[in-house]
Amino acid sequence: MTTTPEKAGTQGAVETVSVTIDGVQVDVPKDTLVIRAAEQIGVQIPRFCDHPLLAPAGACRQCLVEVPDAGNGRGFPKPQASCTLPVADGMVVNTQATSESADKAQQGVMEFLLINHPLDCPVCDKGGECPLQNQAMSNGRGESRFVGSGSGGVKRTFPKPINLSPQVLLDRERCIVCQRCTRFAEEIPGDPFIALVERGAQQQIGIAENAPFLSYFAGNTIQICPVGALTSESYRFRSRPFDLVSTPAVAEHDACGSAIRVDHRRGKVMRRLAGNDPEVNEEWITDKDRFAFTYATEPDRLTYPQVRDAGGALRPASWPEAFSVAARGLADARAAGGVGVLTGGRLTGEDAYAYSKFARVALGTNDIDFRARPHSAEEADFLAAHVVATGPDGPAGGSVTYGDLESAATVVLVGFEPEDEAGAIFLRLRKAALHSGTRVLSIAPFTTRGLSKMHGTLIPTAPGDEPGAISSLLGHAEHGVDATSVILVGERLATVPGAFSAVADLVAKSGARVAWVPRRAGDRGALETGCLPTLLPGGRPVADAQARVDAATAWGVDSLPEKAGRDGDAIVAALGAGELAGLVIGGVDPADTADPAATTAAIERARFVVALDVRASDVTRAADVVFPVAPVVDKAGTYVNWEGRPRPFEAVLGAPSSLPDLRVLAGIAEELGATLGFRTVAEVWSQMEDIGPWDGARATMTPVSAPTKDPLGDPAEGLLLSTWKQLLDQGTMQAGDKHLAATARPAVAKVGRTVYDALGPTVTLTGERGSVTLPAEPVDDMVDGVVWVPSNSSGLGLLTDLAPPGARLTISGGDA
Amino acid sequence: MSDVDTLTPVLTKDWGTDRSWTLPVYESRGGYASLKKALTMAQDDIIAAVKDSGLRGRGGAGFPTGMKWSFIPQDNPKPKYLVVNADESEPGTCKDTPLMMASPHVLVEGVIISSFAIRANTAFIYIRGEILHVIRRVQAAVAEAYAAGHLGTNIHGSGYDLDIVVHAGAGAYICGEETALLEGLEGRRGQPRLRPPFPAVAGLYASPTVINNVESIASVPSIIEHGAEWFASMGTEKSKGYGIFSLSGHVTRPGQYEAPLGITLRELIGLSGGMREGHQLKFWTPGGSSTPLLTDEHLDLPLDFEGMAGAGTMLGTRAIQLFDETTCVVRAVLRWTEFYKHESCGKCTPCREGTWWLVQTLAAIERGEGSEADLDLLLDQCENILGRSFCALGDGATSPISSSIQYFRDEYVAHLTHGGCPLDPAASTVWGSSLTRSGA
Repeated sequence: MTTTPEKAGTQGAVETVSVTIDGVQVDVPKDTLVIRAAEQIGVQIPRFCDHPLLAPAGACRQCLVEVPDAGNGRGFPKPQASCTLPVADGMVVNTQATSESADKAQQGVMEFLLINHPLDCPVCDKGGECPLQNQAMSNGRGESRFVGSGSGGVKRTFPKPINLSPQVLLDRERCIVCQRCTRFAEEIPGDPFIALVERGAQQQIGIAENAPFLSYFAGNTIQICPVGALTSESYRFRSRPFDLVSTPAVAEHDACGSAIRVDHRRGKVMRRLAGNDPEVNEEWITDKDRFAFTYATEPDRLTYPQVRDAGGALRPASWPEAFSVAARGLADARAAGGVGVLTGGRLTGEDAYAYSKFARVALGTNDIDFRARPHSAEEADFLAAHVVATGPDGPAGGSVTYGDLESAATVVLVGFEPEDEAGAIFLRLRKAALHSGTRVLSIAPFTTRGLSKMHGTLIPTAPGDEPGAISSLLGHAEHGVDATSVILVGERLATVPGAFSAVADLVAKSGARVAWVPRRAGDRGALETGCLPTLLPGGRPVADAQARVDAATAWGVDSLPEKAGRDGDAIVAALGAGELAGLVIGGVDPADTADPAATTAAIERARFVVALDVRASDVTRAADVVFPVAPVVDKAGTYVNWEGRPRPFEAVLGAPSSLPDLRVLAGIAEELGATLGFRTVAEVWSQMEDIGPWDGARATMTPVSAPTKDPLGDPAEGLLLSTWKQLLDQGTMQAGDKHLAATARPAVAKVGRTVYDALGPTVTLTGERGSVTLPAEPVDDMVDGVVWVPSNSSGLGLLTDLAPPGARLTISGGDA
Repeated sequence: MSDVDTLTPVLTKDWGTDRSWTLPVYESRGGYASLKKALTMAQDDIIAAVKDSGLRGRGGAGFPTGMKWSFIPQDNPKPKYLVVNADESEPGTCKDTPLMMASPHVLVEGVIISSFAIRANTAFIYIRGEILHVIRRVQAAVAEAYAAGHLGTNIHGSGYDLDIVVHAGAGAYICGEETALLEGLEGRRGQPRLRPPFPAVAGLYASPTVINNVESIASVPSIIEHGAEWFASMGTEKSKGYGIFSLSGHVTRPGQYEAPLGITLRELIGLSGGMREGHQLKFWTPGGSSTPLLTDEHLDLPLDFEGMAGAGTMLGTRAIQLFDETTCVVRAVLRWTEFYKHESCGKCTPCREGTWWLVQTLAAIERGEGSEADLDLLLDQCENILGRSFCALGDGATSPISSSIQYFRDEYVAHLTHGGCPLDPAASTVWGSSLTRSGA
C-alpha cells in the first residue's frame, strides 16, 4: 500500500491497526472510530449526531453496523453504533453495504426518526441540503408505515418556532435531538446556554428563562444542524439551496483569515457559512463572519464617482473625469507641500500594495500609514523588526500558527482579547486549553468571560502597566515564559509606551515565539505591502538604501523617496498645520483614529482630498473627489492573516462597475503620468510575487523604555480607562442586520466591586473629550483604579465621546 | 418441606419486630457485629469472601458483585466511591422499598463494609425521589449510625473514615440505569453515559465507582457474619444465595418472600396462599415488566438466572406480578408500554420514537382498530428497538410486547375481530365482583 508522506514529518509514527470493513482491509490509526475508518474505504455510514469535531454521543443510533468480530474473535451480538466504537486490530465490520442486519437496523432507526418529523421539506429551509432528507432517501424506506399503523399515527407537534436568541430560531417539531447544537455550545465556545429539556418524545432543545443563546458562535449550530430545526432570522424563508451558487471566500471581519462559503443568488448574497479549513478556522466562524455581509448593500453604497464642482457641491462624474480631476488636484497638492495616504483595515493585500506603490511612485512620498487607530513609532519598529515578512512558510521561517497554539505549553495574551478580537484564535486556544493542557495567561485588568472559558489565568495589570507585567514573566516562579511559550500581542499595545519593547526583550531573553494579532483583516497585508512610513513592500526598510534600490529596480523607477514618512498621527498633524496639502484616504473612519476631532479637522483643512470608499461617510462628503470602490464580495484578492498566511480568494459576485481600489489608483496614476504597471488584481499579485520579500538585513528595533511613573498614580485623580472593541458593536461593516445587532453585548462600564457599591448601577464617566453615562457592572477581580468600557458600543465611540485608552477619567454615580 | 424450611429469611427476618428500623433494635438482634468483624479483616479478604459467596447483583442484571468490586483500580490516585442504587422504579418491583423501611440499618452496615472493602471514603445512597418516607427513614438510620460511631472518622478505632450521603432522585425511571444515576448524582440531566469508560474506571466525578443494588449491599453483612460457604450453600449452582421474591397481583397473600434462588413459582404461589379464590394463573413476569412474561407452562421452572434465561426471559428483580384469566393481556401490556413511553429519557432514537409509536399501535389494537398486520408491525418495531437503543430501557420496553404476542397472539386477534376487548376489564379488579357487567 502506498502512503503519502506526512508534511515535513516531525511527528513520530502513528500506531495503526488493521480492520476489515465490508471485506476490505484497511489500516487506520489506533482509536479511529469505525464510522471514519469506513470513510477510508469509501463507505458512508449514515449519521446525525456524529460530528468529527465534537465528542462522540451515540444518541441518534443511525450509524449501526454489524461487528461479527471485535478483534478478539468474538462478535457483538447486537448492532453497534459506529460513531462511538473505536477500531481494534483484526476487527471485522459489516456496514449497510454488505450486511442485511446493519441495513435493517439503519432503516429501522430512520423510520423512527421520521415518525415525529413533520416531513415539511417543501417549506423547510434545509430542504435540498438536509442530511435527514438525503439519508432518508439513501437509507430509509420509501413509504412510512406510521400513518397506516393502528388507527393512523399521530405526530407530536409543537407551536412554531421559538427564539433561542434574537438571531437563532428553533422549530422543535423538526428537531431529531441529535444534540449537535448543545454539544457544540458546551464543547467548542463554552457557551452552554442551550440544553435538553423535557424527556421522551417531548424532549427538546431549550433555553433558561431570560438566558437566550447569546454566543458569538451561535450561528455554527444552524450550520451543523442535520435537519431544519435551527434557522436564522436573517436567512429563514429567503431561498432554496438548489437556487444558490456557492463560492469559497475568506472572512473580512478580523485577522483570523477564516475560510467561509458565500451563497448567492442572482447577484445577491443570501447567506454565508463556515468553510472547512483544518489549519485555520476548522469548521467554525463567528456570527460576525456569518451574518455581517449586508453592509455592502446598504442604501448609502457609492455607485459612481463624484467631483466637487465650482459651487462646492459634490456632483456625479464619469470615471475619466474623476481620474483627471483627482490627478490634477493631487499634482497641485504634491507641489504645494505633499500628499499623505491613509488607509483602513478593509483593504486586501493587493489593494494595500497599490496604495503603497501609488504613494511612493505617483506621489513621491513615504507619508502612508494603514493604522487607522491609535498607533506609535515603537509599534512600527516592532512590526518591522519582528513581524513583517514572517509566515508559516516565510523566509524567516515558521511563524506562530494556529497549530502552534495547540502545542504551546503556555500562551500569553497581551493587549488582546481573543473572544472579541479574533474569534478563531479564541476557539483554538480554548481547544488547546481543554485538550492539550495549554496554559493561557492574560495580561489585562480583569478576567473576561473569554479568559474563563479558556481556563486562563489573569495577570492583573492596569492600563499602562503592561511593560512591567510582560517583563515579570521572565523566570516567574508560577508562570514563567520559556522557549515553549507563545506570546500573542494585540494591536492595542501600541497605546502603551514601552510595551512592544518589553515584548521584544522578553522574546529575546526567553526564546518564546511571538505573533502580532491586529483586529482588521487587511492590516497584516498592509504591513507586508509597505503601507507604513518606514517600510516598503516585502519588509524593505525605507532607511536601507539597498532595499530602496531593490524596490525601485523592481518598480522600474530611478529612485524612491529616502526620507522616512509621517505616520498616521503625523499626517493628520501635518494636514492640520498646512504642511501637507493633499490626502488620499481609503477605508478610514475618523472615529477609529487616535484623535477623531483632529482627523476630521485635518480632512476639512486639507486643500485636496481623494476618497476611495464603499459607502458614503463624513470622509467622502468632505472629499474633493470620491471614488466608489468594490466591497470584498465584488473582488478577488488576498488577506494575510495574523499567522502571516496568505488567504487568497476569488470574486464572489461579478459586478463590472464595482472596481477595486487598485484599479482606481492605477487610473489616477496614469493621469499623473506615473504608470503603476497594473490594472487588475492578477497583475498586482504577479508584481508582488516578482518583488518578493526582502532578503537583506531586517530592521532592528530601538527599545523604548516605559515611563517610570506608576501609571496608577494618585487614585484621587480618577480611574484609568481600559477599552477594546467588542466583537459585535457599531462597526460600519455590521450595518444592515438588526437581528445580529440584537445579539451584541450591551455597552456597560465594568468597575470594581467597591466602585460599584459606592456608585450604584449607573455611572457617568468624564474624560478629556466628554462624558458618557452607562449601566455599571461589578467585576470581582477588576484591578483597583481601572474602569473598562467597550470602545464602540455607544454614542460615537469612546475616542470621540470620552478619552483615549489609558487616560484618566472621573466617575460619578447616576446621570451627571 | 414445610413453609419455614422453604423460606430463608435473612434480610427480612426482623421485619416483623417492633421498631425494627431503629438502631437499638437492630443491634439487639446482632446488627453491626459484621461491621466490627469486617474492620478486622484484610480488605481484599472481604472482596474475596463476596466473590466466593457467588453473590450476583440483585438489581436485575446479575453481575457477580465481588468481581465488580475487584475491577476498581486500586492504583488510581482518585477517590473511590460506592453508590447504592435505590432508585427502585421498575413496574412490579417492591423489594428495596420495604427493606429500607423495615431494616435500613442492614443497608447502612452493608454500605460501610462494602466501602471499606473497595477503599471508598464516601458512599452515596441514591433513593427514588417519590418515596419520601423511605428517604427520611434511611436518613434517620444514617444519623443514628453516625451517632453510634459506625460512620464518620476513625470508625471504631480502625483508622477507616466513611461518610454516607443520602441523595433523593428527582423522579425518573432512567436514573435506575447506573450511568444515568451518576449523571443525576452529579447534578446533571439524567441520561445514560457512553461506555467505555465504565464506572469502575471513571464513574462518579470521573473516579472509580462501584454501583450496587440495595439488596446486593444489604446481603454483604450476612456473608461476613456466616461466611461465603454458608451463602453459597443456598440457591443453585450458578445462582447462589437467597433473594427477596416480591409477589403481587392476583394471589391471595401478596408480599415479600425471601427464599433461595431456584425456588419455583409453584412453590411461591403455594406459600402465598394460591391464586385468588376461583381463578387460575394466566401470565406472570419473573422480574418486573422489562422481563419477558411467562405463562402457567412455566410454573415449575427454577427461579434463578439460568432457569429464566432458558425460558427466554430474565430473573430481573424477582418482581413477580401474577395475572389471572380475568386480565386482558393487551391492556396490561399497553399500560406497561405507556410507562416506558413516559419514562423514555429521549436520548436515543429507537426508545424515544419507538415507544411513542408502540403505544399508538397497541392502543388502537385494544380499541379493536387496525389489522392483524399491525401485530407483525409491532413485532418489527420491537425488533428495531431491541439491541438498537442506547441503554437497556428500550430493550425492556419491547419485552412485554414481543413475549405477549408470542403466548397470546389469539387474544390480540380477538380484539380486532371483537371490535374491542373481549374481556370484562372490571373483572380483574378486587372490586370486580360487584362491578362486572354480568354481576351488576
